[in-house]
Amino acid sequence: MAKKETKKRAPLFHIIKRGRDALPWYFGMLVRAIAVVAALLVCGVLITLLTGKNPLQVYGSMIDGVFGSSRRIWNMLQSLSMLLCVSLAVTPAFKMRFWNIGAEGQVLIGGLACTATMMFLGDKLPLWLLLTVMTVASMAAAMVWALLPAVCKAYWNTNETLFTLMMNYVATQLVAYFLKVFVKDGSGVLSPMPQYGLPVIGGHAYLLNVLVVVLLTVAVYIYLRYSKQGYEISVVGESENTARYIGINVKKVIIRTLLVSGAICGLAGLLLVGGTNHTINTSTAGGRGFTAIMVSWLGKFNPLYMILTAFLVVFLERGAQQVSTDFRIPSAISDIVTGIILLFIIGCEFFLQYRVVMRKNGKEGA
Amino acid sequence: MEREIALSCRGITKTFGRVVANKACDLDVYKGEILAILGENGSGKTTLMNMVAGIYFPDEGQIYVNGEEVTIASPKDAFRYKIGMIHQHFKLVDVFTACENIALGVEDEGKYRLAEVKKKVIEITQRYGFIIDPDKRISDMAVSEKQTVEILKVLYRGADILILDEPTAVLTPQETEKLFAVLRRMREDGKSIIIITHKMHEVLSISDRVAVLRRGEHADTVNTADTSEAQLTELMMGKKVDLNIQRSEPKDSVDRLVVSGLSSKNAEGRPVLSDVSFTARSGEILGIAGIAGSGQRELLEAIAGLYHLDAGEITYLDPTDGHPENLRDKTPVQIRDLGVRLSFVPEDRLGMGLVANMDIVDNMMLRSYRKGRGMFLHRKEPKDLAEQIIEELEVVTPGATTPVRQLSGGNVQKVLVGREIAAAPSVLMAAYPVRGLDVNASYTIYNLLNRQKERGVAVIFVGEDLDVLLELCDRIMVINSGCVTGIVDGRTAQKDELGLLMTKSADREEATEEGA
Repeated sequence: MAKKETKKRAPLFHIIKRGRDALPWYFGMLVRAIAVVAALLVCGVLITLLTGKNPLQVYGSMIDGVFGSSRRIWNMLQSLSMLLCVSLAVTPAFKMRFWNIGAEGQVLIGGLACTATMMFLGDKLPLWLLLTVMTVASMAAAMVWALLPAVCKAYWNTNETLFTLMMNYVATQLVAYFLKVFVKDGSGVLSPMPQYGLPVIGGHAYLLNVLVVVLLTVAVYIYLRYSKQGYEISVVGESENTARYIGINVKKVIIRTLLVSGAICGLAGLLLVGGTNHTINTSTAGGRGFTAIMVSWLGKFNPLYMILTAFLVVFLERGAQQVSTDFRIPSAISDIVTGIILLFIIGCEFFLQYRVVMRKNGKEGA
Repeated sequence: MEREIALSCRGITKTFGRVVANKACDLDVYKGEILAILGENGSGKTTLMNMVAGIYFPDEGQIYVNGEEVTIASPKDAFRYKIGMIHQHFKLVDVFTACENIALGVEDEGKYRLAEVKKKVIEITQRYGFIIDPDKRISDMAVSEKQTVEILKVLYRGADILILDEPTAVLTPQETEKLFAVLRRMREDGKSIIIITHKMHEVLSISDRVAVLRRGEHADTVNTADTSEAQLTELMMGKKVDLNIQRSEPKDSVDRLVVSGLSSKNAEGRPVLSDVSFTARSGEILGIAGIAGSGQRELLEAIAGLYHLDAGEITYLDPTDGHPENLRDKTPVQIRDLGVRLSFVPEDRLGMGLVANMDIVDNMMLRSYRKGRGMFLHRKEPKDLAEQIIEELEVVTPGATTPVRQLSGGNVQKVLVGREIAAAPSVLMAAYPVRGLDVNASYTIYNLLNRQKERGVAVIFVGEDLDVLLELCDRIMVINSGCVTGIVDGRTAQKDELGLLMTKSADREEATEEGA
């Protein structure tokens, strides 16, 4: 009576969601550590296969590139603080689930406003007033850049991802136009104007930037965690319905948060132009607006964790550059290494959420 | 009479993390019988059946179909063994007709010929007495019709073992009777039917045998003819429980909330509320009955200032001096600023009433976070409130800083209701406050509502279980497609009466005329 059918075996493995109870703290650390070690091993094999170099030497060169001298350490701190600054800017928006990928343009437009102030008002105002105007102009310009998509999102529910992305191109082209029109010699390269820059403190060119970003990190952490506005951001981000239910004005929160986001981007533009380069070109933001997205996500939108994730990214970037020069291998190899390490670190989060159970042998035919 | 076993489960165990959903469950289903699976929410009924239907894969244990050991790793496998499941949430394509939905995804050798599908569908409907138009689009169908399509889909694929997950949750008593008639005919035809439910009276009226699950374990299987409601409850709960709701007489009732002529259209221009009028009185529970999606949610949200209205008045009468206050077109904040103490337990607890990823303390703050000076939050008061609610309502949680998403359904609801009651409301609205809760938690909620009523609060309770509405409410308003079809006395009304009102005149002109 029973039809003969080929018996299917149980699947080789299946995936189970981990329980509600938190895992012990060291488990997460352990998994992440294993991920880093595994990534380094895979990269090592790959480096040996592709270039024939000793991976240990390659890793040594990475560390050397980041910590090798006090100049390199200062460079690393500068990169770290600038990346962290932009990451802090996008975080309030991200926490509200507003995917602001326009930080690149916001930073650039802030920088442009700063440059313009330096160029046109530099010799007309006393320094203290000039610095004030620079700060206000940078932040205001970037706030406008963030405000446009925010208003359209709040009132007409436009797609903020596309909108902010497009604003990047507008900002880039505005900078190109500015340089073409206002650089007198027609070269399109604006020579630096260090005389109008932010003050150098403690004899280190980057110390001011680092200090500003340290203060900012603490401020954003407190804002998101302990302020009423930060609470509103979380509620809107988690569930707009809940926000409506308790009478939060969602439109207002979206616009206000993007103004905060834009203001910090403007600050980054100020630090990059007024505090570091003293000039501008179309790549002044340097892709930080996009890298910041990753830093913010990896840091789970927590400014304190983001210090670590920003450091990881900067370390990989600067280390890879050093490897390229030391071993004369194409920079593509170092990009591959960076990619693999990030893939492992992001991928290991899966194993913190789920458990893989293999088929039990011997259970068959029982 | 020796009967053949169609399906049996042996020692089925399934865990999700540390939660054991099923523990060594054994189950037998005969050919030509209706087996009810009874158990509280969270007792593992659906999980067990999902394993039979190939949605989940058991951690341990074996499933046998017609005496043969089988491995069911996907719904496709399940269909190979002629097992079909009708889920609680329908999986239909809205813009397709019934026939097209039924034909969708059937993998047979032949060509896709809709005419043949239709012929076969009509044959099945005639055989079992379904009433359905095979060419009707899903988007034009009522919930009960959609359910019929789901059942036809399974039958069309030749299922001999049908599993229905809470099929009556969306039906009126009359529709339920029709469904049961069809199920009985299928039984005569030799099919095995498994019906998952937690409604006792349905179990007694339809099933041949009852399998009771308790906390993931198979408590017992009994013949329906030899059992009683009391015995089944005891099996379900593991102890004797007294399931009576104390209904006191309303005292010093005065009008508190007068709603008149509320009308609203949705974005597509269809009316969701048509001329809704009623009065909620202090010290009484006003029940709202109706098929799910008849405008209950929109009505409560409109009162709370969350849903736009095209016409009508909402008047709140102040408990101290009877001063009338117009609430229409006011935001929740404006309503609160007027001193109107309106609490609202929405249907969507984790999507609206609470924030799932926030802890209990931060959820307590939702209503009150603006309080206090300065730009920073004051977490002391909400923390005290959280601890008080955890203690008084016996919320099972590791602590006040546990994210609410980690709590069970009943505990989530206690947190939400606790917060809303803590605001000392004069009007308390609760939409489906016991949905998904086990028996104990449900009675805790009923008691809380009753206590509010005794304190003189005007309670508005949207419910789905008519038996509960009849036991709990002083008056019951019935709505259908956004129209009030009747307001009856909760003490004297009969269930049939409510059922008729729930479906009365889908034609809305007629309804408004009669309602007026």
